[in-house]
Amino acid sequence: MGRYIARRLLLTIPVLIGASFLIFAMVYALPGDPIRALAGDRPLSEAVQAQLRAEYNLDDPLWLQYVKYVGGLLQGDFGTDFSGRAVLDTIEQRLPVTAKLAAVAVFFEAVIGLVAGILAGIRRGSFFDNLVLVTTTLIVSIPVFVLGFVAQYLFGLRFPIFPTSGINEGLYSYLLPGLVLASLSLAYVARLTRTSLAENLRQDYVRTARAKGLKPSVVVGKHTLRNSLIPVVTYIGADVGSLMAGAIVTETIFNIPGLGRAVYDSVLRQEGAVVVGIVTLFVFFYIFFNLVVDVLYALLDPRIRYD
Amino acid sequence: MTTSDPVLEVEDLSVEFRTPKGVVRAVNEISYQVGTGETLAILGESGSGKSVSVQAVMGILDSPPGYVTGGRVLFEGRDLLTASAEEQRAVRGPGISMIFQDALSALNPVFTVGHQIAEMFRAHRGTSRKEAREAAIELLDRVHIPAARRRAGSFPHQFSGGMRQRVMIAMALALDPKVLIADEPTTALDVTVQAQIMELLQELQRDTGMGLLLITHDLGVVNEVADRVVVMYAGRVVETGTVDEVFTDPTHPYTEGLMASVPAVEAKGTRLRPIVGTPPDLARIPPGCAFHPRCPRRVLENAPPGKDCDDDVPLLLPVGAPGRASACHYREEVLHA
Amino acid sequence: MTDQRAGTERRPTEGQVTGRPPEATDRAEGWAATTLEAKAAGSEDIGEASLWSDAWRSLRKNPFFLVGAVLLTVFLLMAAFPTLFTRTDPRDCDLSRSADGPSAGAWFGYDVQGCDYYANVVHGAQVSVSIGFLAMLGTLLIGVVIGSLAGYYGGWIDSLLARLADIFYGLPLILGAFILLSVLPDRGVLEVALALVVFGWMTAMRLVRSTVVSVKEADYVQAARALGGSTGRVLTRHILPNAVAPVLVYSTIYVGTLIAAEATLTFLGIGLQLPEISWGLQINSAQNRLRDAAHLIFFPSAFLSLTVLSFILIGDALRDALDPKLR
Repeated sequence: MGRYIARRLLLTIPVLIGASFLIFAMVYALPGDPIRALAGDRPLSEAVQAQLRAEYNLDDPLWLQYVKYVGGLLQGDFGTDFSGRAVLDTIEQRLPVTAKLAAVAVFFEAVIGLVAGILAGIRRGSFFDNLVLVTTTLIVSIPVFVLGFVAQYLFGLRFPIFPTSGINEGLYSYLLPGLVLASLSLAYVARLTRTSLAENLRQDYVRTARAKGLKPSVVVGKHTLRNSLIPVVTYIGADVGSLMAGAIVTETIFNIPGLGRAVYDSVLRQEGAVVVGIVTLFVFFYIFFNLVVDVLYALLDPRIRYD
Repeated sequence: MTTSDPVLEVEDLSVEFRTPKGVVRAVNEISYQVGTGETLAILGESGSGKSVSVQAVMGILDSPPGYVTGGRVLFEGRDLLTASAEEQRAVRGPGISMIFQDALSALNPVFTVGHQIAEMFRAHRGTSRKEAREAAIELLDRVHIPAARRRAGSFPHQFSGGMRQRVMIAMALALDPKVLIADEPTTALDVTVQAQIMELLQELQRDTGMGLLLITHDLGVVNEVADRVVVMYAGRVVETGTVDEVFTDPTHPYTEGLMASVPAVEAKGTRLRPIVGTPPDLARIPPGCAFHPRCPRRVLENAPPGKDCDDDVPLLLPVGAPGRASACHYREEVLHA
Repeated sequence: MTDQRAGTERRPTEGQVTGRPPEATDRAEGWAATTLEAKAAGSEDIGEASLWSDAWRSLRKNPFFLVGAVLLTVFLLMAAFPTLFTRTDPRDCDLSRSADGPSAGAWFGYDVQGCDYYANVVHGAQVSVSIGFLAMLGTLLIGVVIGSLAGYYGGWIDSLLARLADIFYGLPLILGAFILLSVLPDRGVLEVALALVVFGWMTAMRLVRSTVVSVKEADYVQAARALGGSTGRVLTRHILPNAVAPVLVYSTIYVGTLIAAEATLTFLGIGLQLPEISWGLQINSAQNRLRDAAHLIFFPSAFLSLTVLSFILIGDALRDALDPKLR
């Protein structure tokens, strides 16, 4: 098991380097001059511009800039934004917000998605099954930002139950954006659970369990569910990483000061250091949770071999 | 032939599948009995309804699309079909137990074999976790799995095919059932392993006195282990009798065809004669005798009233020795041919 | 009794189809085996044809497919010939009626500039559908080429391409395209489509790769190769046709995903730019008017969602029809 994890860890290194270089190259190598963008309408003197360029290594070739950047990262230095604030500060301040939002979303995704999927899968063709099918199809069809507006309109304006902007009301203010962030994954989880359960219910071992004289609740709740949930649990695990990156839309609509909102603001302001720092972190989380899922999968399914 | 009271009696059992393409009669008014210590073989090719019939007996028919539409299944005199779900459940395991063709797919891949066997004791007798586990190890030992204590902690995929079927048998025998249904227990196995498994089943039957209902298409297996045989074709019983009688002197052209299509040691050098044609699609069973399109003895013209092979369904009627029956209009002729 | 034969539709797969679920079907057994095998072999060449005709039969009866097909037809027509739906010029604006609500004269009301909103929303279909199809075609092109290379040659090429896909998977579609578009000086239909291709080709590639891997060792492929078929010919004639069904299902649903992604990017202010007419732009410029002019958000959102829905409905129905296992 330990060797298996070590091997998987090694494999993630080139991916992490590749992805972070990709971000770095996009932000720094493509047309558009961050210094001029920063200056905006105010003209900066040549001297000041040159000094800024030197400070941010903008005159080095791209690969050297990247190596210097990674060298900094390894020492915990994510660089500074144009106002001189350390990017790490921004991350430390905003990570808990995004983490909380993602946690709320995963909670909704798992609880609602699983329950809906299990009930639909057990009674295929029933009214509830069709309801789940139609609802999930609709949810998947509505883009998340539209869903955000629908949620704000319904629960913020029509029936003012939830706060629709900011995080001033503690965990309560995370509920609506969390649900919106979870919506797409929630629909997938419900669908996946339904299909997986229905597929497993047709397996021979379910017939064996019935032939053993086990209670229907044990046949489904233990024998079938234990097998059906393997793909679902791994999906949810891998989704945690994606949810954090997906927060960019939700945090923007609901005005939540998390990492996604920071990326959005920094992209518009062309704050390269902040964008690269946070997005690299997103990639790291994505890879990390995929690694967790690989391990989880091996633990859940005895047929998987570690070597 | 045993004379004891039958433990399991199936009377006029009918099963149909309701599919989008129409209703399919998979099992048509079949009857048979299994006595204590007796081995009854149900012989038939795929699609003859033999597996479906025992699934109906076991109460594990996939429903929908399968439905029992008539008949009785008497276990120790009680009709299981009209019993409550709870009563039926109580019979599965301690009363009737079942093993399947493919043990790899029939065992749950994510639980250890020890756990799956112990589950029988836990579910039916409320045995403690520890005792159930000990009992499971004992059972594994009884079906001759080496290092049973260690192997109890293994998962099904870690066993060979033959060992897996032994696990299956151990699980089925956990609660000393009165009847064991074995649905093609050796089909998925190598020939040498097949023989070992059949030997094991016979050994266990001798020890426990259980009735054995063996579903198979293998004439050799039937000849070796069964006392009586029920031959099925297209959802109906076409012939029944003791193995000796049926094998030496069949009374139905289908059975005749089966005997002629397998090599027999004493008939070395003679040509095998396969049955011409293919088994019928159950959604389109031929009218009259279902076997008539393939039957070398069919009479289509100038048949006496009520004996026209493509019009009149032949009933299962006594022929020859007591206890024998055949569903052929010309059973007497076939018997004495 | 005799009526049983007549009047029953003959299906090409009959013989293997009994009423029982496939799992319950016994193996081809004993002496019956040879006849069964002969039958199966004989039906192989009609297998492909019957896959599609069976699929069509089940599609025709699927209400989800019918709804999707009607919706899709409407939106494709709207994209190609917007004047079929409205004669009003979307750029004929009058500030005095800014953000007026729906009325008999203007079904969808007026936007902030006082332009007829129905005309604007109708004309918005064009760029959405164009970007959806353009990006899908680009994705397929890359997916098929890279996927075939990786699957056919295997080895280090496969590993390298797999790692490359992993790298791009690290950046979700919206996030990657968002950053890429933010550094492009001009952003039109082509640029947005390109950004969506760059960060979205991986799944199509894996799909093609896995099909290629699964059939490249098949006997008929080996035979074609042994008979001296060139790599390109073996790939296009014998291997890739197997990928048509899964790729068709995937790309149908994916067009919907791409349309939603474009609208999201444009809404975030980093996709299409004015004076383009697009649903994303319309929702973007109305985002602060939810309280007093909800119709400005509602109508483009509804059209956008229905367009995405039509692709998903058709894709789902296709998958169910082409893969009976999942039914």
